[in-house]
Amino acid sequence: MTNSRIQHVIPGALILAIALLVTYLSFTEEPAEAFLFPRIVSVAFVGLAIWNFVRAAGGMAKVGRGVALQDAKNLLPGLIVMLILVFWAAKALGFYVSATIAFFTVYSIYDPAPHSSAKDWIKRAVITAVFMAVIYSLFALLLKVQTPRGMFI
Amino acid sequence: MEFLGYFGGVFEPIALMLLFAGTVGGLILGATPGLSPTMAVALLIPFTFHLSPTQGLILLGATYTSTVAGGAVSAILLKIPGAPANIATALDGNEMAKRGEGARALHLSFLASGVGGVIGVLLLIFLTPVLAQWALKFGPSHLFWIAILGVTVIGSLDSKSFVKGLLSGCIGLWLSTIGTDDIMGADRFIFVDALSGGITIIPALIGLFAIPQVLDMFAKGRVSAVIDTVDVPRYKFLDSLKELIRSWRALSIGTIIGSIIGLIPGVGGQIAGLVAYDQARNFSPQKDKFGTGHSEGVIAAESANNAMVGPSLVPLLTLSIPGSPTAAVLLGGLLIHGIFPGSDIFDKHPEVVWTFINSMLLGQILMVIFGIYTAAWAARIAKAPIPILAAGVLVLALFGSYSVGQSMGDVQIMLVLGIGMYILEKFGFSAAPLVLGLILGPIAGDYFNNGSMIAAAQDGPWIYFFTGALNIVLIVMVVASIAYSFWTNMLRASFAKSPHEETSK
Repeated sequence: MTNSRIQHVIPGALILAIALLVTYLSFTEEPAEAFLFPRIVSVAFVGLAIWNFVRAAGGMAKVGRGVALQDAKNLLPGLIVMLILVFWAAKALGFYVSATIAFFTVYSIYDPAPHSSAKDWIKRAVITAVFMAVIYSLFALLLKVQTPRGMFI
Repeated sequence: MEFLGYFGGVFEPIALMLLFAGTVGGLILGATPGLSPTMAVALLIPFTFHLSPTQGLILLGATYTSTVAGGAVSAILLKIPGAPANIATALDGNEMAKRGEGARALHLSFLASGVGGVIGVLLLIFLTPVLAQWALKFGPSHLFWIAILGVTVIGSLDSKSFVKGLLSGCIGLWLSTIGTDDIMGADRFIFVDALSGGITIIPALIGLFAIPQVLDMFAKGRVSAVIDTVDVPRYKFLDSLKELIRSWRALSIGTIIGSIIGLIPGVGGQIAGLVAYDQARNFSPQKDKFGTGHSEGVIAAESANNAMVGPSLVPLLTLSIPGSPTAAVLLGGLLIHGIFPGSDIFDKHPEVVWTFINSMLLGQILMVIFGIYTAAWAARIAKAPIPILAAGVLVLALFGSYSVGQSMGDVQIMLVLGIGMYILEKFGFSAAPLVLGLILGPIAGDYFNNGSMIAAAQDGPWIYFFTGALNIVLIVMVVASIAYSFWTNMLRASFAKSPHEETSK
């Protein structure tokens, strides 16, 4: 599956669709003067996207192995944590609390150490606390970055 | 000799502290597999936002220099190149380490890096003002073509497939047009509210370089990474120094090739190291020993990849064309401080630019000193657990991308671009051309608009943009850069069997 032609055709088709949309908008949106440079870019974009798609459909796209199913399964939990963090938790819970939870969750999910050992859980908590203390010192105390507070900090 | 007048700035306490921090931090980051120099510099840029331009550039320059050299530590001791530039170093360096000559290989690696690096920075010092003077003659049409050349060069050379490389560059150029048009005030391609301010460079850099590496780490799953290490018995530094002098041929070849390749926009350290290694073998009377743990292999590769660093900034500072992907990120660092590279950079910002260049000269020497004494320690850090690295980079990316504009929209764009780039990379696309398109897009767009206005008052756009000796030379170079990629693809293919090439980006 990984090396199959379809793996290259799908992203090739998506890129071509985006290129066509960009080209359409560049040549139809007003005022035309604001879209002069995008028009040039879109012509090159759509030309290369067609070339790329034809190569993919013809089985000539050899570079890139695609996303293996096992890799996708492995990265899915981490990806979900990232999406929740950025699109909800950072604003709702506060930057530091949500980042702490995200760090601890990601570390715990991908840590090869056994999940049944209390000692390993304590180790994870301590490393998370130390890392987040450094981040807090750096961004809140040293650089004085104002982050969204949400329910907590 | 104008640069000598600005040496004082490097020795100010904060500048020195940043130089030390950048050098030591860069060595550690460079030695850590999975953390590339480009990503290290991208993650550092938000911190420089809170520093003065000079201080920020000192930190970025020191990190750039030392991450390239630090990559040799893991290449030699773990046979995992810390950066693509260190692939050739691993060929002989690891064989030496296996024989118990790890310390000797590390000494030679840092000494050769130092010699190559100093000569590279001297080239930067003496060539940049000359090229900047020459660039004064450029008009909007030439500068437009130069910006396009920057994208085609990186697109052609920094990708395994030149179609995908150029396509990445085009995607970057398109992304750069999102937002409000400066001249007409019209909205362009604003599909969601987060895009209303356009795509900010720093969150984009972090997303494109850091998030794919985090996802790569996630994709490995709960695997305990067992890395074979070797003991590093002590070795006399003076003996290493004598050996370096005896190996003048490999050192010269590496330094010359690295310097020349650095000047060619887009080629980067990986090619410099591999070409220098190959040429040092061709010119060596002991060519059979290469690949079996021959010190000249390490010397040629390391002198080349660090000699490349200084010259890679020559086209960056004068023409806005980076010589390597990391230099492309440095360009982003310059722009957020309001410093626009170009022919007048030495007139407008002499103190910033000369202090930055001088700091790189001193940084090379510090890199040798710290490198030799921290190499064994850095190798231990190189074995940092992947889950901690992944979680740490994720949190840094979150805070780094927010801190510049204090906007959640920037953070969301960072993540979406990062996820998109991860998928694109799996299909052979490369982040560097996309980033360069994103950075050079507004510059190319502005020069195109200015040129169009001049053309409207003269003989029309065709005559203005496509005639004249300099325009034709630049157009030929755009075409040649694409044709040249066939040659580099073949060269890369011959070394494709090298392990861990995927640690790039």
